[in-house]
Amino acid sequence: MTEIAAFIAQTIRIAIPYLFAASGGVVAERAGVVSLTLEGFMLTGAFAATLGSFYSGSPWIGVLCGIGGGLLFGLIHAVASIRYRADQIVTGIAINLLAVGLTRFFLLMAFDSSSNSPRVPGFGITGDAASLTGALLRNPLVWLGLMAIPAVAWLVHYTPFGLRVRAVGEHPAAAETLGVPVKRVRYLAVALSGILAGLGGVYLALDQHQFTDSMTAGRGFIALAAIIFGRWEPVRAGLACLLFAAAETLQIQLQGMQGIPSQFVQMIPYVLTIVAVGGFVARSTPPAALGKTED
Amino acid sequence: MTASSLAVRMNGIHKSFGPVRANRGASLEVGTREIHALVGENGAGKSTLMRLLAGLYAPDAGTIEIATPSGEMRDVTGWSTADAIKAGVGMVHQHFMLVRTLTVAENVVLGREPVRGAMLDVARALRDVKALGEQYGLRVEPERLVGELSVGEAQRVEILKTLFRGARILILDEPTAVLSPLEVKELWGVLRRLRDDGATIVLITHKLDEVMDISDRITVMRHGETVARMETRDATPDVIAKAMVGREVALMGTRNEERGSAVDTATSSALVPRSSLSVDTLVVMNRGLRAVDKVSLSVAPGEILGIAGVEGNGQTELIEAIAGLRTVAEGTIRLGDRDVTNASVRARTEAGLAHIPEDRHRRGLVLDYSVADNLILGDQHKYARGARSVWALDDARIGANAQDEIRRFDIRPPESALPARSLSGGNQQKIVIAREMGGSYDVLLASQPTRGVDVGAIEFIHAQIRAAREAGKAILLVSAELSEILALADRVAVMYGGRIVATLPRREATEERLGPLMTGATDTTRPAA
Repeated sequence: MTEIAAFIAQTIRIAIPYLFAASGGVVAERAGVVSLTLEGFMLTGAFAATLGSFYSGSPWIGVLCGIGGGLLFGLIHAVASIRYRADQIVTGIAINLLAVGLTRFFLLMAFDSSSNSPRVPGFGITGDAASLTGALLRNPLVWLGLMAIPAVAWLVHYTPFGLRVRAVGEHPAAAETLGVPVKRVRYLAVALSGILAGLGGVYLALDQHQFTDSMTAGRGFIALAAIIFGRWEPVRAGLACLLFAAAETLQIQLQGMQGIPSQFVQMIPYVLTIVAVGGFVARSTPPAALGKTED
Repeated sequence: MTASSLAVRMNGIHKSFGPVRANRGASLEVGTREIHALVGENGAGKSTLMRLLAGLYAPDAGTIEIATPSGEMRDVTGWSTADAIKAGVGMVHQHFMLVRTLTVAENVVLGREPVRGAMLDVARALRDVKALGEQYGLRVEPERLVGELSVGEAQRVEILKTLFRGARILILDEPTAVLSPLEVKELWGVLRRLRDDGATIVLITHKLDEVMDISDRITVMRHGETVARMETRDATPDVIAKAMVGREVALMGTRNEERGSAVDTATSSALVPRSSLSVDTLVVMNRGLRAVDKVSLSVAPGEILGIAGVEGNGQTELIEAIAGLRTVAEGTIRLGDRDVTNASVRARTEAGLAHIPEDRHRRGLVLDYSVADNLILGDQHKYARGARSVWALDDARIGANAQDEIRRFDIRPPESALPARSLSGGNQQKIVIAREMGGSYDVLLASQPTRGVDVGAIEFIHAQIRAAREAGKAILLVSAELSEILALADRVAVMYGGRIVATLPRREATEERLGPLMTGATDTTRPAA
C-alpha cells in the first residue's frame, strides 16, 4: 500500500510543473499561438522565484516574482508573434535561448556561480524523505497545480473569453468581423500561458530550494507534447501530463533494479512521449489558425 | 413609407491594395427600406466597397455616411467593424466567416455573448438564436456544429449573426452562389420580410436574373468606378450587362437549342456501345458514408451530360472518383474501352481525361506559381530539357506554350510570369480551362466551370465547352447553377443523396421539373433512371 501511495505522491510531484505549463500552453495554442516557449517561461519563472525568495526570505514573494518573470517573457513572445507577426517557431526558439542565456547571466551576477544558487526558502519540509506525501499536501503550489487544468478547462469551455479564444484560434477573420478584438484575446492568452508556465518553474525551484542552470531540462517541451497528445483539450492534456509523470516515476523506481542498463530506463519517458505523440497526433486536428501569422 | 430617405451614402471612394486599385472614385447611395443590387464583373470593386462600409478597411480617400435613427447623415469614414456592428451594419461574406468547430449558437453570439455571472449563458444563447431564426424564417438548429451544416444552412447562420447584432443595413456578398433554386427562393422571402420590416439590404451579385427578381434599385460598377444607377423597374438585363462589361454581350439566358436527336436515341437505350466515359454502379465512401451510392452513367462523344443538384449530394465525390482523386469502393469507371477504376491520375490523363476541378484554388492552381507554370501542371514531364533529361525544365518551351494559350484563351493580363494569385477569378479560371482544354483529350470533367467568374468569362467558357462538344468530346458537366446546366447540357441527370434520381433529355428538363427532384422529391412523371 505504501508503495502505491509513494508512487502516486512521486507522480504528482513530477506532474505539477507539467500541469502548470500544459494548462497555460493549451490556452495559447487554442488561441492560435504556438507554445514552443513554455520551456523558456518555466526557466524564467524558476529563476525569478529563486531571486525573490532569496532576497525576501519568503517563498510567497518568490511566487509573485516567478509569475512576473513568466508574464514578462509571455509578453515578449506576444509582442513578437502577435504585434510583429514573427514566425512563432522562430521566436519560440529565440525566447527559449534567451531564457537560458539571461538566467545564466543573472545567476553569475547575483550569486557568483555558474551552476546553482544558494539555498532559498520554499514550502514544506525537506530532507524528511519518509513524508513526501505530507510535504506535498503542505505545498500550496501542489494544490494550485492540480487546480490549473480544471480551471483552464472551465475557462476555455464555459466563459465568453474561452469562446473567443476558441474562435480566434480557429478562424480569426471570422472573429474579427464580429468585432472580437483578436489581438487582445491572443495577448491575454499568451500572457496567461506565461504566468501558468512560470508557476511551473516556480514550483521546480522552490521544491528543490535552489535554482540550477537549465533546471527545466525540457519539461516545457514535454508539456507541449502533452497538449498535442491531449488533442488540445485541457482535461486530456492534463491526463497526458499525469501519464508522462507516471512514466518518469517508473523510470526512477526501475533505476535501482539490476539487469537493465540505466540509460535505457532513463529513456522511458522520452520514448513514451515520442510514441504517444507520433502515434496519435497524426489523427488529431490542431486549431486551424495555429501558428499562422498572416490574417 | 420613406423610400426616398437615404440609409447609406458613399462618395469619391478610393482604395488600393499595393498596386491594385480596387476602388477609384466609386460612389453609392442606398435608400432605407430597399433592396439594392450592387452589380459588376469580378474585380469591379464591389466587395471592396462593401467591406469599406462594413468597417473592414478604411478608404484611402472619400467619405462614408450612414443615416442615424433620427434620419440625419453621419460621417463614419474609416470606422471599425465594431463601430459598424454597433451602428447596425452587418455583412454576410461570400466566403463564410464561420468557425467550423463551434456550434451555430456559439457562432451567432460570438463577440456579444450572453453571460450568467462569469459564465457563458449557453441556454440563453440557444433560446435567443432559435427565436430569432423562427422570427425571420431562417431554419437552423442552434446546437449543431457549423462544420456539419450544408452551405444553405451555413448562410442562414451568417444572416442570423448579423440580425443578432441588430443589423438594419444588411450587406450580402454573392449570397446565391452556393444555393439551390429552392433555397434562393427562401432567401428572397427572408430578404423581403426584412425589408418590409424596415431594413436596408445591399446585394452584391453578377447574376442579372437575380437583380431583376429581387432588387428595387441597381448600382453598376466597372473597374472600381460607379458607372450606372437605375431603378430596377426601368432596367433590362441587356442594359445592365452592357453597363457591367462596357460592350454588348450574349447572355447566358440564351438557352441551349435542341440538337439532333441522334445523341438522345443513342444514349437512352440501356447499352451504350460508343460511350467515351461509362461509370457502372459506382460507390464512393466519404467519412464512412456512401457519398456516391451506386451511380451509373455514360457520356457519348459529342455529348454534354449535365449533373444538376444541390451541392453536397455526392457530385464532388463522383467527379473526384472519376478523376482518380478518390478511392472507389465498388463499381467500375471506363474511359473508352479501358478500365481505369484503379488507375493513377497520370494514367487517366494519358487515356484522354481532362478535369476542370470545382475549386480552382484548392485543386486547380498553385496560386503562387506563375501563369506559365500553372499552364503545364500535370504535363511537366513533357517539358523537360533535352530528350531524356528529367533534371531541368525547358523554360523556352514552357514560355512558348504559355504565350500560345494566353492568346487562345484570352488570359488577361497577358503576362506569363505573373503569379496566378494576382489574376482575377475569371482569368484564373481561364488558366485552368486553357490547361485542361488546350491539349488533346476525349473526355472532359467540367465541375462548376464558371463559379465566381464574371459575365464575360462565362460567355467565353461556355463557348469553349460548346466548341469541345462540336469537336466530338464527351463532357460531364457538374454545376450548382441550374441555368448553366440548361444552357449547355444535352441530357440532365439529377443527383440527390448520392444517387442519380432522374435522367431527362434536355427538352424535358425544365426548372419546374428539376427543382423538386433536386430537393429529394420523387419524380412522378418518370421513374428514376
